Amino acid sequence: MAKLRQCAIYGKGGIGKSTTTQNLVAALAEAGKKVMIVGCDPKADSTRLILHSKAQTTVMHLAAEAGSVEDLELEDVLSVGFGGVKCVESGGPEPGVGCAGRGVITAINFLEEEGAYDDELDFVFYDVLGDVVCGGFAMPIRENKAQEIYIVCSGEMMAMYAANNIAKGIVKYANSGGVRLGGLICNSRNTDREDELIMALAKAMGTQMIHFVPRDNAVQHAEIRRMTVIEYDPTHKQADQYRQLAQKVMNNTMLVIPTPIEMEHLEELLMEFGIMEQEDESIVGKTAADLAA
Amino acid sequence: MTTLSREETEALIAEVLEVYPEKAKKDRAKHLAANDTSIEQSKKCITSNRKSLPGVMTIRGCAYAGSKGVVWGPIKDMIHISHGPVGCGQYSRAGRRNYYVGTTGIDTFGTMNFTSDFQEKDIVFGGDKKLTKLIEEVEQLFPLHNGISVQSECPIGLIGDDIESVSKKSSVVIGKPVIPVRCEGFRGVSQSLGHHIANDAIRDWVLDKRDGQAFESTPYDVAIIGDYNIGGDAWATRILLEEMGLRVVAQWSGDGTLAEMMNTPKVKLNLLHCYRSMNYISRHMEEKYGIPYMEYNFFGPTKIIESLRKIAGFFDDSVKEKTEAMIARYQPMMDAIIAKYKPRLQGKKVMLYVGGLRPRHVIGAYEDLGMEVIGTGYEFAHNDDYDRTIKEMGDATLLYDDVTGFELEEFVKRLKPDMVGSGIKEKYIFQKMGIPLRQMHSWDYSGPYHGYDGFAIFARDMDIALSNPTFKNLTPPWKKVDAEEVKKAA
Repeated sequence: MAKLRQCAIYGKGGIGKSTTTQNLVAALAEAGKKVMIVGCDPKADSTRLILHSKAQTTVMHLAAEAGSVEDLELEDVLSVGFGGVKCVESGGPEPGVGCAGRGVITAINFLEEEGAYDDELDFVFYDVLGDVVCGGFAMPIRENKAQEIYIVCSGEMMAMYAANNIAKGIVKYANSGGVRLGGLICNSRNTDREDELIMALAKAMGTQMIHFVPRDNAVQHAEIRRMTVIEYDPTHKQADQYRQLAQKVMNNTMLVIPTPIEMEHLEELLMEFGIMEQEDESIVGKTAADLAA
Repeated sequence: MTTLSREETEALIAEVLEVYPEKAKKDRAKHLAANDTSIEQSKKCITSNRKSLPGVMTIRGCAYAGSKGVVWGPIKDMIHISHGPVGCGQYSRAGRRNYYVGTTGIDTFGTMNFTSDFQEKDIVFGGDKKLTKLIEEVEQLFPLHNGISVQSECPIGLIGDDIESVSKKSSVVIGKPVIPVRCEGFRGVSQSLGHHIANDAIRDWVLDKRDGQAFESTPYDVAIIGDYNIGGDAWATRILLEEMGLRVVAQWSGDGTLAEMMNTPKVKLNLLHCYRSMNYISRHMEEKYGIPYMEYNFFGPTKIIESLRKIAGFFDDSVKEKTEAMIARYQPMMDAIIAKYKPRLQGKKVMLYVGGLRPRHVIGAYEDLGMEVIGTGYEFAHNDDYDRTIKEMGDATLLYDDVTGFELEEFVKRLKPDMVGSGIKEKYIFQKMGIPLRQMHSWDYSGPYHGYDGFAIFARDMDIALSNPTFKNLTPPWKKVDAEEVKKAA
């Protein structure tokens, strides 16, 4: 069998990382691949569409109940869902207390030590919290973990800004470990010339837009039923979009160390595509009263 | 070895620094100096209280050590929770020999370790609930404690636990003070910031608790501040103050209680021994309550007499008379000690490296025995400490701040003192080099060294170390034989 590929999915919060990841994984599973999803977000919503559950019981919550993570067995934390996809959620505290980053580290160490990454697997996907706020959330891209990263983004300014920032983080770990950027997944928000814009951004960052996922209500219809589109309506055209994405990921050979761009460059790009107006330097720092005078 | 000239001392420093890389050399050069008794401000010759260089084997501790280990730990009727993983509390437990009176585990808790014993899950989910539970359990199991302090270990600051809120709530539940102390070890460059943080916690959570309450004052009320009662130091101090006619209302923090701390703002004068660790709270009481503080030194008869007269000078003639009578009463005892030990110790040279007070405070005691301190330095002093040190040390003597393992060894090898006064980490290194060492943090499990009674023990201990026959037998017999044969053959 082929070597296990470990991939991490990053992107701005709310961009659709979990939905995209689960639909992608479902398409891979449909194609006969053995896949595992590791949710690295204390919200624990990375596996609900695969498992049809509200929120999977997480490694950290089970560890807290049992006393420590050493008291857990792999089967306690591993659930199997649609297409034989294995699911784990790292879990963590409610917002505002404790250290969610440490939860991710603990959970991933546990999975490694317990041999969750067995020879049967073709893919592991880490679905990571929006921003790499501390070392814990960079855990999936450290040495010997994910070698490929996909960034989910859209043609909105903040999503692109976040994508570029994540690329900066990848550069750091690319130089010390082996992690590479596999591409940007554009999860469309129906903004103008979105595909061209993301392709231009990808080019500037030295990578590719691996797929453009159009916006379609079928995703929401499936989501309400806690299902992926692949499972809910396999004949729907949106399911084909995810199948295409899966094919592209399977065949992806363009793994690069990204070249994140400067803020000015990003702004130029946004202006070029009419997302942002030319800044009027003469009004910066002026109050309404100043301008009236 | 005779005393070095300024040029020789400076050459020695330059020579020792030679092995360092350029950047380290430049940094360390600022921390090493030949004493200049002509200057008033030490900042002209030495830099202190800066971050240690990585890799140099500094002897410093951390902010937690400064708060839990030094300032708060000895308050005996409180329970000090080492909040975080188990090691910080367990490996510092009962290590500092702050003697106290009481029944441990019943009404005093000085040598016990209370910890929240953080596990992975407490880091991830936060430790506030565990702390609340721990305080409830402490209250059930040790009902005679008079208050709790929460001493933060590093993770508490990293994960942002709200120990202030837990403390406030728990304090209401148990009806006793619960004091949060933000002394995470990574804060600051040494234990010194921990002292400051601990002082601030006392200021904010303890000192004003009895403001406006009735208190039966006398004109002779004083507090001992900054005596940690190592080997009974504070007791040897207290009896002298009492014989002077003063009433010691509070002892900080050796053999001290929470109530004593709360009563301190009622005193007429604060007597400050360890300036470094408790000047902050002394200044605060001066500003807020108008209580002056006076630094004093109870090491060796010269400094003791000087200090006693300075303290007596603050009070009326009755105190001055009693003080003079006491000085006269102890004089024959001091004379006898000096007559016994000075002939054995005369001219012996000492190098010191201690924490924040003793590198200058014990100089007088050595001098009373005819000994000479040829080098001294602090782990965590600030420049106001060196200001005071300049005057105590001879001109052109060696000063070293936050000295590195390498530097101290080299200085000792080249200056060849007859003894070194430092800590446990230095003890065996220098003893193996053939140089007697007395621990000047713990008094080498002896003491007290403060006061008249302490001087008797100090003199005896220095003699024990210096006259120890072991050090004459460092050459093994088989090598001695060789040496004699070589002589014969020659």
